[in-house]
Amino acid sequence: MTEYLPLILGMMLVTYLPRLLPLAALTRRPLPPLVRRFLRCIPFAALGALITRGVAESGPGMMPATLAAIAVAAAVSFRGGSLVPSVVAAIVTAYLVLSL
Amino acid sequence: MDREKQPGFRDGAVDGIPIMVGYFPVAMAFGLLAKTVGVTFADACLFSLVVFAGASQFMALDLIKAGIAAVDIVLATFLLNLRHMMMSAALAVRLRGVRRGLLPIVAFGVTDETFSVASFKPGGLTAPYLLGLNGAAYVAWFGGTVAGYLVGQVLPAAVQSSLGIGLYALFAAILVPGLKKHAGALAIALLAGLLYLLLSRFTPLSSGWSLIAAIIAAAAAGLATLKDGAGEEEA
Repeated sequence: MTEYLPLILGMMLVTYLPRLLPLAALTRRPLPPLVRRFLRCIPFAALGALITRGVAESGPGMMPATLAAIAVAAAVSFRGGSLVPSVVAAIVTAYLVLSL
Repeated sequence: MDREKQPGFRDGAVDGIPIMVGYFPVAMAFGLLAKTVGVTFADACLFSLVVFAGASQFMALDLIKAGIAAVDIVLATFLLNLRHMMMSAALAVRLRGVRRGLLPIVAFGVTDETFSVASFKPGGLTAPYLLGLNGAAYVAWFGGTVAGYLVGQVLPAAVQSSLGIGLYALFAAILVPGLKKHAGALAIALLAGLLYLLLSRFTPLSSGWSLIAAIIAAAAAGLATLKDGAGEEEA
């Protein structure tokens, strides 16, 4: 039934600890202003890197659809759209590009 | 201050809907692939229930198929998921009034997507909000895994791919309004993207290392652009 139990538990450990330790260590702890500012830059850096990785590793034939979807989501969001309409417009765009 | 406006569990679950739309079909693909590789239904469910990390679960199936030793798969998973340390640390500075007992549960659900939505949620973050957000994502991830394993490919391939691409579009939709907050934000995001490309293409660094190095370097460079007090309004 669970041939891969040791592997799964090992993967859980190395996935969970990086998620838990900083949160447990830093929550409600006074941090130097420089560190706080550094941590406030993380979301922008993370999204920039994740979007780029998504495009770069989108797989064979998927890059045009991925780029188009990202552009549409960014445009809808820029014009004040909330997340759901932005993402729906992007999914439709991706589908249209893939169906071309 | 504005205690009545603190986001709760329900707000989190609602904000999790765009993530669910992307997670469900991607998890279906995982469930289906797990079956193809010869992983049992129980194991496939366990992967999604206790690991809850999309990219590493797909990688694990790849490596299982290639006959790689479990120890090496765990090590590769560790490197791939190191980036969550930075995300978890960044969330910590925005959590307020949280019972410490809830932190282990909140931490379990930190993914690229839940982190991104939470990071750009205006106002302070609360544990119930994060539990709603992460819980919605978790339900979709597990549900999709089960559906994919048992039912298989019900959606046409182009629909499935488009829904998966929706997750990257989600990142863009989250990032854009945030860029209006301060001038350096766009520079930080672009720099991180550029560094990721350079590191992953032109150095021996793996995708995981490239990602975390790019995030740390761009955020550190961003310190120069972020003036004192900027971005502190949500604190």
